[in-house]
Amino acid sequence: MATRATDPCGRTGRKLAIFLQLTLNGLAVGCIYGLVALGFVLIYKATELVNFAQGDLLMLGAFVTFMGVVWWELDYWVAFFIAIVVVSAFGALLDATVLRRVIGQPQFAVVMLTIGLGAMFRTFASVTWGSEIYTLPTPFSGVTVIGGVTLSHQYLSIVAGTLLLCGVLYAFFTHTRIGIAMQATSQNQLAAYYMGIPVKLIFSLIWAISAGTAVVAGVLLAPVTLIDINMGLAVALKAFAAAVLGGFGSIPGALVGGIIIGLIELYAGATLPEGFKDTAPYIVLLLMLAVRPQGLFGTLARKKV
Amino acid sequence: MRFLFKTSYAQDIQLFRDRVDAGWYGLLAVVVLLLPAVISDYYVGEVAWVFIYAICGVSLMVLVGYTGLISLGHAAFLGIGAYAHAYFLQHGMPWVVSVVLAIVITTACGIIVGLPALRMTGIYLAIATLAFSVIIQEVFSRWESVTHGFAGMPVGKPVIFGLSFDSDLAFYYLCLFFLVITLWLTRNLLRAPTGRAWVAIRDSEIAAQSMGVNLAIYKSMAFAYSAALMGLAGALFAHKIAYLAPDIFTILLSIQLLLLVIVGGLGSLHGAIFGAIFVALLPPVIAILRDSIPASLADATAATGIGLFGLIGEGIGSFLRKPGVEAGIFGLILVLVILLEPRGMYGRWLKTRIFFSTFPMYKRATFKRQKTYMKSERLR
Amino acid sequence: MSFFQADNLSINFGGIKAVDGVSFTVPKGQVFTIIGPNGAGKTTIFNLVSRIYEPTQGRLVFEGNDITRVPPHQIAALGIARTFQNIELFEHATLLENLLLARHAHKKSGFFAELFFLPSVRRMEVEHREAVERVIDFLDLQQYRDSLIVNLPYGVRKVTELARALCTDPKLLLLDEPSSGLNVEETEDMAFWIQDIRSLLGITVLMVEHDMKLVSAVSDQVLALNYGRPLAMGSPREVQTHPEVVRAYLGG
Repeated sequence: MATRATDPCGRTGRKLAIFLQLTLNGLAVGCIYGLVALGFVLIYKATELVNFAQGDLLMLGAFVTFMGVVWWELDYWVAFFIAIVVVSAFGALLDATVLRRVIGQPQFAVVMLTIGLGAMFRTFASVTWGSEIYTLPTPFSGVTVIGGVTLSHQYLSIVAGTLLLCGVLYAFFTHTRIGIAMQATSQNQLAAYYMGIPVKLIFSLIWAISAGTAVVAGVLLAPVTLIDINMGLAVALKAFAAAVLGGFGSIPGALVGGIIIGLIELYAGATLPEGFKDTAPYIVLLLMLAVRPQGLFGTLARKKV
Repeated sequence: MRFLFKTSYAQDIQLFRDRVDAGWYGLLAVVVLLLPAVISDYYVGEVAWVFIYAICGVSLMVLVGYTGLISLGHAAFLGIGAYAHAYFLQHGMPWVVSVVLAIVITTACGIIVGLPALRMTGIYLAIATLAFSVIIQEVFSRWESVTHGFAGMPVGKPVIFGLSFDSDLAFYYLCLFFLVITLWLTRNLLRAPTGRAWVAIRDSEIAAQSMGVNLAIYKSMAFAYSAALMGLAGALFAHKIAYLAPDIFTILLSIQLLLLVIVGGLGSLHGAIFGAIFVALLPPVIAILRDSIPASLADATAATGIGLFGLIGEGIGSFLRKPGVEAGIFGLILVLVILLEPRGMYGRWLKTRIFFSTFPMYKRATFKRQKTYMKSERLR
Repeated sequence: MSFFQADNLSINFGGIKAVDGVSFTVPKGQVFTIIGPNGAGKTTIFNLVSRIYEPTQGRLVFEGNDITRVPPHQIAALGIARTFQNIELFEHATLLENLLLARHAHKKSGFFAELFFLPSVRRMEVEHREAVERVIDFLDLQQYRDSLIVNLPYGVRKVTELARALCTDPKLLLLDEPSSGLNVEETEDMAFWIQDIRSLLGITVLMVEHDMKLVSAVSDQVLALNYGRPLAMGSPREVQTHPEVVRAYLGG
């Protein structure tokens, strides 16, 4: 620090470095929100259910990975993979056993159902793993310093992981038969059914994908927030705000919304008085909804009569 | 089965359906009035919680059950009512004035929150109310000159016109009084054009509009009325809990209130009461089971000599003692109710009653829900 | 001064002209029917008249007053009521409650009077009930009075829609495909009721309908539309035999 203070352009340089640092961190946190929001939107687009247990699936994914890495001493990637498979299967099972039965009930009832499921998952986690806070060792512990900006590998891994996952999902939805079938089902369930698409199976698959996305988000997030039973709740609330900000039902909207929320949160935390870190995203959301009630990428529709 | 012969239109808008109905409610009133004489002081206090939760339940029932607007932020209204009342009391206002001011303030907040609600439905409204509640909670913890932040704010016992309600018994009757008033006023609104307009908005906004309902006015009215009741409940809540802190009024409390209306049965005032009984009494019931199940099963072991009973008892006891189990039990019940009895406890009550009044002619199909394919709520 | 008049009415949805320069006048006491193939813009005209859509162009005049800018919830109080093609009843309320809601435009009580259910509110409620009962008698709905709409068969719901519109005491009644989904017998009943509504109650009817038998039986004047543009106007016979109309329906 002392050496830099003598640097003639040190002050602005350091400010810029701090700004870039914040932006990277905000981007990384935003990516997590974006991923969880993506999970919300995938399920919503297909089945019109809003899954409030998304954050708790994230928490379960992080715990399963933790168990793999620490208790069974598996390789990080193997444990990661196992967690994705296990929690995705659990998501599909959840759809097949519980959520399929409430399709057609008022949206509000379904929201409450998933809130109830989330509470059960948290209780399950607290009975199984206890209420301690755990650390997940990851291969991304180092830092790279470029021009005074410290790039933490944890944060870089989040951004890279998000980009990778989005690429894979994009390819899946546009280039595979089953992905296109999913899109068709989201557009019109009944028509898809008549075209011979196995709608129930598609719904379960979408739940699996959505749960898998949550696991990726959870494992990427784990080194930043540490693992505990309530880690999903706070993330899910912000991610929900992100999904709405983007216009619920729009996939690019979810990601953009997530990044916006993440950036606002970090900038507000650094510049505004204490307390604004957690409220600023919501204030922005309320202002945005007042101006554009349908969200950034949403379309306003009115029932046809 | 009893058949009701109606002879005038006025009969359909009475408070009670007929004399027999009124008689049952009269009996209920007597039971509730005499209840403190037979239960211990501890339970008198717990039943007072039921009354406070029931006022909250009626408030949310008007908004969610009758008008079809979702609020994930009702705990914030409760908090505003509680803090406002505590603040005014601290500044020496008479009790009645303080409560009225608390209600006025929450009503104003309700209208402010209701304004954006005019253009939103479903999830958008849910998130907007959630955002409001997060912001309000932050205000509670930061506005220290009024709320004392995390240091907390003590609230004394109510003193009304010189009468002190410092015993559990007196407070019981105070809460009961306000619950009855709440129920009466709400029932009046619901049997009048305003209540019909709310139901109409819930079922079809577009038709309601074409029949002359001003959506903006009636939606804000629902929000304002609901918030006003929350303000009243908040004032009683403040006395009951005796010490206000910002982390009481979280989203978890809002969710618990929503759970109340769903478990009770959406779209009926009875449901609000049933739900309040459930939400307020489940924690003490779990507390009792925590100790009594292991004890009674241990007795069974002692009596029969089969060690398994005792082991099961120990297992259940230690499970119930784990932290966070209560929330899980609430979650489980919520899931079961939505899956098995979407009309809640009140729906179950109606079915039971009809089963007995039509015995042995009861048909299960009477309440069978139509199977439907997914109906879009995107375009409401 | 005509009773109801639409002047050069137009609306665009993202570049598509759903209704394009439609003008017509409905004389008092007549049944005026709009026909046309699917997507001709018939229901859109109804949505314009009941003010759910904003017209891009044109004027609506009712009893000499320009109603082009009146908000939708004030339309009922002016004396225009409508039914919906796909049934928009309040499903989780009883038939009686549905009809009573239609009296909303005639409500006079304030919030606080209702909060305490003052005698004035009670009196008004009984008056509303009497008005509603007259409609129930008129359309023979007595036996369904206390049933929830969700439990009623489709045909009865269709009649309930009509009853609800009548309960607003309209001067102009908009019927959006009153016969759709009804069987032959129910359609005949509907034809009688529409005639009765016009002759006994003296209500002017503006109707959208596909069933040509019903149209010929009850209409005084018919307007045929295609792609949002008027094709022909005149008596049912004239319009049905009009070469443009025949071409629109049969193609070619």
